[in-house]
Amino acid sequence: MSLEVHKGRAHPVYRERVGYQAGLLGGFSMVAAALLVMGNIATRDAIEQRRAEDLLASLGQVIPARLHDNDLLADSLMLTREDGSEVVVYRALSGLDVAAVAYQVTGQGYAGDIDLILGIDNRGRVLGARVLAHAETPGLGDKIEVARDDWILDFDGRSLGDPTDAGWAVKKDGGEFDQFSGATITPRAVVRAIKGGLEFFDAHRDGLLASAVIQRTDPEEAK
Amino acid sequence: MSNPYARIARDGLWDNNVVFAQSLALCPLLAVTGTATNGLGLGLASVFVMVTAGVLVSLLRGIITPQVRIPVFVLIIAVLVTLVDLGMNAWLHDLHKVLGLFIPLIVTNCAILGRAESFASRQPVARAAFDGLMMGAGFTLVLVLLGAVREIIGSGTLFQGAGLMLGEAMSFLELTLIPDYRGFLLAILPPGGFIALGFILAGKRVLDARADRRAARALDGAAPAA
Repeated sequence: MSLEVHKGRAHPVYRERVGYQAGLLGGFSMVAAALLVMGNIATRDAIEQRRAEDLLASLGQVIPARLHDNDLLADSLMLTREDGSEVVVYRALSGLDVAAVAYQVTGQGYAGDIDLILGIDNRGRVLGARVLAHAETPGLGDKIEVARDDWILDFDGRSLGDPTDAGWAVKKDGGEFDQFSGATITPRAVVRAIKGGLEFFDAHRDGLLASAVIQRTDPEEAK
Repeated sequence: MSNPYARIARDGLWDNNVVFAQSLALCPLLAVTGTATNGLGLGLASVFVMVTAGVLVSLLRGIITPQVRIPVFVLIIAVLVTLVDLGMNAWLHDLHKVLGLFIPLIVTNCAILGRAESFASRQPVARAAFDGLMMGAGFTLVLVLLGAVREIIGSGTLFQGAGLMLGEAMSFLELTLIPDYRGFLLAILPPGGFIALGFILAGKRVLDARADRRAARALDGAAPAA
């Protein structure tokens, strides 16, 4: 119907040509692409900075400030997981001793990855865990965020032996950690991710806690 | 109803409401309305995109031909939503942390495309902007209503997390209506959303039917006297 209206209004004939249509669509696509590129460039630095701030804030939540006297973002090292992926480890140094480490662990949630930052003291106990990013169901799975629920604080002070291996699961699976009503997959993924993080600590304990002096004076060898 | 703006407002908020009358935008609607706060968040973000999309489409209506209008509208809306997402992430970071989840969902809101197609592409800019505002407000109304119903039945609270989204000043909105309530999960899950929406739609029809009857009675009563 709208077609008839346009024809009746005596628009220039060229508007009916295929070339005009294609050019119009192509032109819009190019403008759209240009806008997105400009938007990306304009916001990239700011977003990166916000991310670093967020990271530092999250690190501050899982590593108490009294444990370290260094800049957490500066004293990081790169390790390789069993599956070949790389993990950045942030280390809290007190003098030259490693008081605690923090690194990101990832769980397979109900709607994609759940990224967590996990802080572990030098005896292998969880100092704290916080969710960095997730896409779980609002109102159900988002209780893993500390702003919405205290659930994630249950992990504080836990270690691989506490609870036992079987206890590192949600209650529905015979473990010690609560699930949420309506969302079992989400807390299950978090429990599994944190346990994996502790196992990673256990396997790389020496490398993680190696005195900072060696790595600072001879960075090449540390690689 | 001679004033076109009053007509637009009435259409957007009630008569031609995105959800009540057009049954559009059900995907984002049912996905986020577990709580009233989430509903409000998506509503506000949608209002912004609907107004901007309306203005852009109305401005460009002279050069867009009917044959390629749909892809062009989709492109405009998608670019808009992406830019909003990027901009909020960079400069309104705290708000983005709460609303970020919903921004991409706006793209799935076919009501925006619908209004671009049926209204903004045929109307002057001011009217298109106002239509976007009113349609968005109508959508927000349903989002908050449905969110509130589901949240009260589902968890016994209202506007939980409002302080988080709107700033501490608004945390007085957070109410616990039913203390020690164990929650009714169905209301929060998607099926509960459909059921609650069904009741709300039925309620709207009852109200409309009553208004019609009253109008008819008033007409009957007036006729003999005249």
